[in-house]
Amino acid sequence: MLIPIAAIAALASLFGLLLGYSAIRFRVEGDPIADQIDALLPQSQCGQCGYPGCRPYAEAVAAGEAEINGCAPGGEATMLALADLLGREPVEVDAQAAPPAMVAIVDEQACIGCTKCLQACPVDAIVGAAKQLHGIIASECTGCGLCIDPCPVDCIHLEPVPETTATWKWPYPVPRPTRQPVNQSANPSGQWQPQAAVPDVGPPDDAHRPAA
Amino acid sequence: MNFIPFHAGSRQRKLWQFHGGLHLPDEKTLSNTEPAAPLPLPSQLVIPLQQHIGTPARACVAVGDRVRTGQVIGEPQGPVSAPVHASTSGVVTAIEPRAVPHPSGLQAPCVIIDADGLDQWAELPPPIPAFKQTAADDLRQRIRQSGIVGMGGASFPADVKLAPGGEHPVETLIINGAECEPYITCDDRLMREHAADIIDGVHIMLHILDARRCLVGIEDNKPEAIAAMRQAVSAAGLERLIEVVCIPTLYPSGGEKQLIRILTGKEVPSHDIPARIGLLVQNVGTAMAVADAVLRGRPLIERLVTVSGRGVAHPRNFRVRIGTPAAALVAASGGYRPDQARLVIGGPMMGYAVESDAIPVTKSLNCVLALTSAESPDPGPAQPCIRCGRCAEVCPARLLPQQLYWHARAKDLDKVQDYNLFDCIECGCCALVCPSHIPLVQYYRYAKTESWAREREKQAAEHARQRHAAREARLQRLERERQARLRQKKAAAPAKATAAGAKAGARTGAKTGAVAGTKTASQHADRQAAIEAARKRAAERRQAKAATADPAASPPPTANAGQETNAGETR
Ligand code: SF4
Ligand code: SF4
Ligand code: SF4
Ligand code: SF4
Repeated sequence: MLIPIAAIAALASLFGLLLGYSAIRFRVEGDPIADQIDALLPQSQCGQCGYPGCRPYAEAVAAGEAEINGCAPGGEATMLALADLLGREPVEVDAQAAPPAMVAIVDEQACIGCTKCLQACPVDAIVGAAKQLHGIIASECTGCGLCIDPCPVDCIHLEPVPETTATWKWPYPVPRPTRQPVNQSANPSGQWQPQAAVPDVGPPDDAHRPAA
Repeated sequence: MNFIPFHAGSRQRKLWQFHGGLHLPDEKTLSNTEPAAPLPLPSQLVIPLQQHIGTPARACVAVGDRVRTGQVIGEPQGPVSAPVHASTSGVVTAIEPRAVPHPSGLQAPCVIIDADGLDQWAELPPPIPAFKQTAADDLRQRIRQSGIVGMGGASFPADVKLAPGGEHPVETLIINGAECEPYITCDDRLMREHAADIIDGVHIMLHILDARRCLVGIEDNKPEAIAAMRQAVSAAGLERLIEVVCIPTLYPSGGEKQLIRILTGKEVPSHDIPARIGLLVQNVGTAMAVADAVLRGRPLIERLVTVSGRGVAHPRNFRVRIGTPAAALVAASGGYRPDQARLVIGGPMMGYAVESDAIPVTKSLNCVLALTSAESPDPGPAQPCIRCGRCAEVCPARLLPQQLYWHARAKDLDKVQDYNLFDCIECGCCALVCPSHIPLVQYYRYAKTESWAREREKQAAEHARQRHAAREARLQRLERERQARLRQKKAAAPAKATAAGAKAGARTGAKTGAVAGTKTASQHADRQAAIEAARKRAAERRQAKAATADPAASPPPTANAGQETNAGETR
């Protein structure tokens, strides 16, 4: 009777020590929940959530200080992803769809080279030096708009990122109401509709033997 | 059912069957009876800088340059890319976005060449007749220089595909001459007319890959092509290396994985490439282009294109320079018939409809199809799915099209990928048999492009996060350094007393004087004036904007101007 009890007790204390040791030895740096939230945010660093960047917002959400619908650029999709991650109820989002991707453009005629926009850009997407024309690296710009207000001559504006053949997306098929007359162009899918298509069933018969 | 072999032709090669598939009316006789006709040089060529999968080429000519046939006009960018060549001699008149063959109908950068009609060739790289004594890398380099991409439609750079990497040596090269889509006959004509060249190309590729054998798969509805290819193989004395296999006509036997299944019985793993199981598939057109590049030094500047459908007067095949407008092809086929209803690029099953024929022929464009409304009737409105399961019966990729449809319709991109969306080859079999006429392939295409876009967004966000973090770190470091300097100064200050302070004052005074001296005073004043003017303009603009946005709430102009200057100072 004593031996099993002793054995179990020994095992229990062994595992206890092991767990205690690994809790210290393999401690996770930082806040894993905040990391996961941060990974879902669009990283525009625009501050529209009321926090100075995505990471602070992620930390606030993780700490339960902020609602999950704070990120405007992320729109509904981000809110739903956050609700999913945190097991919270989805909440209302002001703008339903995420706004289109934007990119900032500098009016080369008007720029006086004051470097104010350069200091405001959260992702260092602006290049320039004092009294030199400033330029925006389009591939780095997140379209956050933080550079617009600081410009004393109002020479920066946002434009939607142009669509190319590489970024184009097939549209969602328009679900046509069933049992209603078709009122649009025939065959919208471009699908060929031969009348005589036959599924292939079983092994090929003689008709499909090759002519040697 | 999938292991029932049968014996084809006189060679008794064992063949396998892929899952599903459809027997379609093949409509090939519309266009395959006449030899491919060379199309006269058009007066203007529009050559897209991206005709391949990967990074677009960058134009290396300027507007106004004279170019010669075969000259490189676009340099490849990065490893997965391909150059583009001038398809004829002439003058570059523009480098600008033009409509390209793409389902979006969008424009993409193109080089526009006004042909001079002389067709003067540029100096070509030397032919390599002794390719057997040439290193594989040199041959791959030649193939890359020649701008060869997969010509069966995927347009993946051929040199990259021919270098599958050490750990998976390619044992069998498979040449795709199946051409399973209805209407299209350009590969058929190519095999009939250029069998010897194709076999040369195959021989070169076998040498590059150091592969043991080659199987050429051709559907049995092309007996002339099979005969021509077999003859070319025996004429070259390569019977031991290359075998021309006649396969049953069944759509989509020309799909890469389907053809592999038919010829070898092997299944390519999901999300993987054939090289994983020691196979590599190339199209017959690609083989021909490889022969041209290696044996004649000629880059890829022309191809065969089928013009077919009952919507054109005289369907047939043409030998066309890349960049020729599709409209010229249609005109050479006698123009549209009055009952032409839709224009499709590619085959009727996998192609896409386009609005206009003002698009150029590219390296991978194989067919221009003008269909009448009788050929592509309206399927009627989509009805609810009745879960009949027919779509799953015919799917050659063994997917569950019905499940894909449900999840794509619900925009659930994760679920739809769980059902292997990316194994779908968009063959259209499922949509064709669906009794409810659901545009299934459209849903899959939507889900695929949407998933890619989401992936791109994720990468962009990660990139922005890193840049932001780097910036934060830099700002913190600068702040620390500044603090450190301040502390140092403070520590040093009491030691050096007032005398030093006076000295410093004198120095700064001298400095400012020097700076001002280097610039003429008038220049400086001009600049200040310009800045002031710009500020004023901006203030006015803002005011105007505010006024138009909300005229009632707009504050009086003076107050607004005051705010502006204040804001400027605080920033
Ligand atoms: S609103 Fe969204 S994108 Fe902008 S900083 Fe906040 S979390 Fe980031
Ligand atoms: S350039 Fe302007 S809009 Fe673009 S990321 Fe920087 S601050 Fe934002
Ligand atoms: S064939 Fe059409 S109706 Fe039948 S299960 Fe598939 S999607 Fe549903
Ligand atoms: S389109 Fe895709 S899902 Fe439909 S049958 Fe073809 S491979 Fe299967």
